[in-house]
Amino acid sequence: MSDKKYWQSFGERSNSEAFQKSTENEFREDLPLEGLDGKGLLDAKHPRRDFLKYLGFSTAAAALAASCEVPVRKVVPYVNKPDNMIPGVADWYATTYNVGGDIVPVVAKVRDGRPIKLEGNEMAKGYTNGATSARVQASVLDLYDTARLRFPVQMVDGKPQEVSTFDAFDKLVSDSLAGSAGAPLVILTGTITSPTTKQIITEFLAKYPGSRHVQYDADGYSGILLANQTTYGRKAIPSYKFENAEVVVSLGADFLGTWLSHLEYSQGYAKNRKIDEKAPKMSKHYQFESLLSMTGANADDRYVHRPSEAGAVALALLAELGGSVSAPALDDKLKAGIKKAAKDLADHKGKALVVSGSNNPDIQVIVNAINEAIGAGGTTIDWSAPLQTRQGIDSEMNTLVADMNDGKIGALLIYGVNPAYDYYNAAGFKTGLAKVKTSISFNDRLDETTELAKFVLPAPHFLESWGDAEPKPGYFSFIQPTIAPLFKTRPFEDSLLKWSGSAVTYENYFSQYWKSKLGSMEAYEKALQEGVVEATTAAAAGVSYSNAKVAEAAGAIAGIKKGAGFELAVYQTIALGTGAQANNPWLLELPDPVTKATWDNYIVASPKFAKDHFNLDLADRRQTDKYEVNPEKHMITIKVNGKESVPMPVVFVPGMDNNTLGIAVGFGRQSAKADNTSDFIGKSVVGAGWNAFPYLGYNGTTVEWSAIVDGINDKVSAEQYKVAVTQTHSSYEERTQVVKEVTLDQFIKNPKEIHEEREAELKPFGGIENFDKDGTLYPYYDKPGIKWGMSIDMNACYGCGACVVACHAENNVSVVGKSEVLRYHDMHWLRIDRYFSGDLEDPNSIQTVFQPMLCQHCDNAPCENVCPVAATNHSSEGLNQMAYNRCIGTRYCANNCPYKVRRFNWADYTGADSFPNNQDQTTVGKLDPTVFQMNDDLTRMVLNPDVTVRSRGVMEKCSFCVQRLQEGKLKAKKENRPLKDLEDVRTACQQACSSDAIVFGNVNDKESLVSRTRKDNSQRLFYVIEETHTLPNVNYLAKVRHTDVIRGVKKEEGEGAAAEKAEKHA
Amino acid sequence: MIHHRPIVKTFIFSILLSTLVSLANMGYAQGGAAAGDAAKGKALFTTNCASCHNPIKQITGPALKGVTERVPDKKLLHDWIKNNQKVLAAGNPYFTKLYNDFSKTPMNTFPGLSDADIDDILKYVETYQAPSTTPGGDGVTPKTEESDNTLLYGILTLILAVIMFVLLQVNSSLKKLSDDKEGIPAQEPIPFYRNKVYITFVILILFVLGGFWVVQGAIGLGRQQNYQPEQPIFYSHKVHAGINQVSCLYCHGNAWDSKHATVPSLNVCMNCHAAINEYSKGPKLYREDGSEVDGTAEIAKLYKHVGYDAKTGKYDTNAASPVEWTKIHNLPDHVYFNHSQHIRVGKVQCQTCHGPIQEMDEVKQFSALSMGWCINCHRTTKVNFGDSTGNGNKFYSVYEKFHQDLKNHDKDSITVENIGGTECQKCHY
Repeated sequence: MSDKKYWQSFGERSNSEAFQKSTENEFREDLPLEGLDGKGLLDAKHPRRDFLKYLGFSTAAAALAASCEVPVRKVVPYVNKPDNMIPGVADWYATTYNVGGDIVPVVAKVRDGRPIKLEGNEMAKGYTNGATSARVQASVLDLYDTARLRFPVQMVDGKPQEVSTFDAFDKLVSDSLAGSAGAPLVILTGTITSPTTKQIITEFLAKYPGSRHVQYDADGYSGILLANQTTYGRKAIPSYKFENAEVVVSLGADFLGTWLSHLEYSQGYAKNRKIDEKAPKMSKHYQFESLLSMTGANADDRYVHRPSEAGAVALALLAELGGSVSAPALDDKLKAGIKKAAKDLADHKGKALVVSGSNNPDIQVIVNAINEAIGAGGTTIDWSAPLQTRQGIDSEMNTLVADMNDGKIGALLIYGVNPAYDYYNAAGFKTGLAKVKTSISFNDRLDETTELAKFVLPAPHFLESWGDAEPKPGYFSFIQPTIAPLFKTRPFEDSLLKWSGSAVTYENYFSQYWKSKLGSMEAYEKALQEGVVEATTAAAAGVSYSNAKVAEAAGAIAGIKKGAGFELAVYQTIALGTGAQANNPWLLELPDPVTKATWDNYIVASPKFAKDHFNLDLADRRQTDKYEVNPEKHMITIKVNGKESVPMPVVFVPGMDNNTLGIAVGFGRQSAKADNTSDFIGKSVVGAGWNAFPYLGYNGTTVEWSAIVDGINDKVSAEQYKVAVTQTHSSYEERTQVVKEVTLDQFIKNPKEIHEEREAELKPFGGIENFDKDGTLYPYYDKPGIKWGMSIDMNACYGCGACVVACHAENNVSVVGKSEVLRYHDMHWLRIDRYFSGDLEDPNSIQTVFQPMLCQHCDNAPCENVCPVAATNHSSEGLNQMAYNRCIGTRYCANNCPYKVRRFNWADYTGADSFPNNQDQTTVGKLDPTVFQMNDDLTRMVLNPDVTVRSRGVMEKCSFCVQRLQEGKLKAKKENRPLKDLEDVRTACQQACSSDAIVFGNVNDKESLVSRTRKDNSQRLFYVIEETHTLPNVNYLAKVRHTDVIRGVKKEEGEGAAAEKAEKHA
Repeated sequence: MIHHRPIVKTFIFSILLSTLVSLANMGYAQGGAAAGDAAKGKALFTTNCASCHNPIKQITGPALKGVTERVPDKKLLHDWIKNNQKVLAAGNPYFTKLYNDFSKTPMNTFPGLSDADIDDILKYVETYQAPSTTPGGDGVTPKTEESDNTLLYGILTLILAVIMFVLLQVNSSLKKLSDDKEGIPAQEPIPFYRNKVYITFVILILFVLGGFWVVQGAIGLGRQQNYQPEQPIFYSHKVHAGINQVSCLYCHGNAWDSKHATVPSLNVCMNCHAAINEYSKGPKLYREDGSEVDGTAEIAKLYKHVGYDAKTGKYDTNAASPVEWTKIHNLPDHVYFNHSQHIRVGKVQCQTCHGPIQEMDEVKQFSALSMGWCINCHRTTKVNFGDSTGNGNKFYSVYEKFHQDLKNHDKDSITVENIGGTECQKCHY
């Protein structure tokens, strides 16, 4: 048995039988011919004669259709066209994404009155600087969610009853409020950063004495807030400047994916991860964690520990750095790691940063002490611009729930939060809510909380609203409507104004406020146009550190209970976070960066767990197939806080701590009556995973995201659960030189290593220089004008998936649903491949590589040669073109594509066909409800009108966003000038990438960024499996790791490869 | 022996050929209107002035012919055309009266026109002659029938077929006679309808004809050349674009910026029709069925849709309703076509694709809008690469090799096809 160097699946690692078989066939199933029953075609239920009959009939039908009238189409122009819109030309409006507590300035592309795509606002220089996440990219789809509540309702016996007008609703509410006179009123919201909303809330509360405003965040950061209060005297979260950090130590913080203002951090982090070939230098990133998070997967050195040891690790680190605390007992490997990290931190004083994902204030006090010890204050930690999102204090919510249960609350106004689902004590909240006389919810749908409220006034989507946000002091981002409200909704602020007796609407209030604040109408309009206003003067930065509480905190940490057996770590996924956008099919179908699973959450466990509990040796080639080939996963139940869970599937992830189980929140949405889920919360959430919020705990001051597992039952049932994992879908048939990695030391010593390797390999075929001409029998074609090319820096790709969702939105890529993903029918044009390397037994040794894989637009494309109808061919600009209306669906091209990036429409996923029965479930197999959600006339409004919606039976793939290329070229032609690099043309994935890992442009232009990137990084540049002479137009830059050893590269290659071969033949 | 069989074969073949030729001729009657070399002033007038002015007719603005006599001061006239507001503000009595006479409808300003431009326009206006071919009272426009030879070919084919039939009969009679003479026993005569040779040929002809029609029908699926639906308002392009020479882009201005040309919104109509409320001076208008159109009533339909009361000059936006025109030019969803690309970058005249629109009362689809039709144009149309002085579109500077070729006279022009204009993803994505 030989260890593969890089593997995507356990089967690939052990070269199992099923893996070998899978590499032979692109498509796992035969054509869906019915009734063959293993007999010959002639004896089948539908023999050839039938085929001829059908052929004759369809010809006759076509002839009939030809004689029919062509449908009459109408064209209805405006009566009075608004001056500023041109049908067919997109307008861009700056606005702000504010969902689930995140604030991201964006610009919305509005085509003929419909927002269809969001992109980062690049005017936001001091904040997100144009970065977006997968969730931001997907949020435009939420606007057209079919489950949105369409009018105000009153809940009667759990059923919504429409309230005909807003006036009637106001009357109902005021009558109800009058009845609860005396008892205090509480406004429960997420963290509000909007200055106008805050002011309106203050004015409203003034009218209702005794009332208060409680801020509650599903993923609270009270730990940091309280710790900073203790040590710095400020209840605030500073700005973390990753761009100044040469050493980053993360204690379980997923700061590239889900932690606080991760978009800012990933940009700063990227600055020190990209390599300048002339002076190679990069930051060093240590990660101490229990699960394999996306951030951990990008770390240079990674060490695992139990969740309960998070405090101990911090203490040990502080002790190593000379803090006056004693290091607790820890595992030797972990200790060595801490020692190494501490040394690096000490060597980079003032240029280092330690962050912790813990919500325990004691641990955060220790982290503050560490940061003081390494001089982070003022350099990597900036107190001048504290982050103003996530200000909720867990204990305030706890008090509120207690008050509600005591009947002390007269009225509760709930806006933008869903504690009945995402609060650790949701049950307590629900019983409390039932005791509140007047409960009003302002959410966009009848979610778990809203359906329990008495009155519901649906809130507009942010793309339909006015508003503002202040994520950092003096840093404003504006929200302006991009579409008239689709439904009968009213902004939360309007209600507050109305109910406090004011006659102004929020829209007027907002414009008045900002006109006076900014000084003039012009300034106001400029602010709306640019979307952001940045602070001109930095706020005072004065904080003073006090270590008074360090000893106390250390004592408290020592007292943290450690589990005897397993411990549970609860985490957020990149896609769903806390679940505010849970009914978003794009996000549900986005594969998790690490597990590559879609549509579900599950328990993640280490390979050792598989061995111990299921006698499944994932290093054994015969046994991996049992686990991996079939989507069925073992089920277990876990006992937490004395409660036994329902059975949940287990997914095994290398690099997990052996004593930790993990589960993600954001899934398992369900209405009080399960049957209502589809109507109330959404079609897509039905059956998607389990709710993990009940596993959160409360330590007396804050909510803890871990728990002790009291028991595991691995024999709950023989039944297994299907998890739709995409990573095993496409393989390279053992061509393993797909990813290239070197350590920083190696690279400094011999920067030419990768280049020389390539040169040696291509030498017999003309060398790198002449490979394109000499390596083939085919003629060489000129690219006279533009030649498009892409460069992907694997040092800057973290696997976050923003590009994947951006591609969905831009290119009308279908959502296929879980049952279709299980059948390998996923449609992503762009996928992010995840490779592991290292020793399965040693979680610390696992190294992970992310590689975005899309159509490589090969200049000598294997797919083009095999198409019998020339539906895919090459353009003079280097694009591998796909003419959908020409494709007849032979799928030869996908079979012949070595990169496995072509996708076949097995069913009519987007309702493209003019024939009505093409979604007939009896012929194409069962389609999930989500497909029908995506096909609703409302949801289809999100489709990009410039991109064809593909119908059943055609092949599709990445087009390099050809519609954008054409638009950019046209713009330049109209303006009578050459194409401007980066300004005229950017692909959707490039635009979405927060770390600028993807560069795209005209490689014939020597000054373009992509040309310069290729030239400046010639030593790291490589093409995936270029020895096959596909001549890709996408190049990658090899990953450089700041670590001692690359696990994927073994020097004893010759021996291993020979042994591997021998075994294969045997 | 007389070898008559090859003769028969030749006959049949020629008949088949002539049938095919006559059929093929039916499909390919195409024409294109080339843009004339209009004088500079006419072009400027059409773009800038024609939407409100006519040289000899009063429309939104006064008839312009004779303006140089009415306003002898050349500088004043130039100032007026460039910025009339300034002249009004200065208080010129003639223009003030004019302004009042035209119910204080302000004229657009034209700061972009140079003095030379204005002279060109004035020259054109003063030398303008009413088109002599404008039909007077009778209203029936004599149509020059395009010579359609189908009928002629058909009759010829028929005559040839009859001759062939007769000759064949003669031939067989002669053969019989000669056989009789030579004493060869005559075969039982077979009537022509049981003659296998005849039957085979008839079937063959039917098969070829049938195949031809099926293929033609299949290719024509979804195509609608010559589609000329009746529209809710009888809007005559002939009256607007032809006789009154309103620039195409005045109404279809969207085509300048967007992929869609769009039917103009009704507020654009009202720019002129607020003043023009009756149709009296133009030629009589007829529908396809020959019934006469009351132009004034059609304008009234417009007012109804806009919610405009011609008597009071007031708009009632509540009564307004959009007009549901029938869409004539339809492309399949998988085709991307951009008007601005063609008219602005390619400088293609509207008429190239839409035909002599200025002569159509009700618009019909002039071109096939088929892929072959697009591709043919892309193959022959030259791209604005410019000459060696570099006055072409600067975008094409990236095509260094082609510029070199042009310089060396290896190529005399670059067509759209050369820069990839016939590749799939130029129109399908």
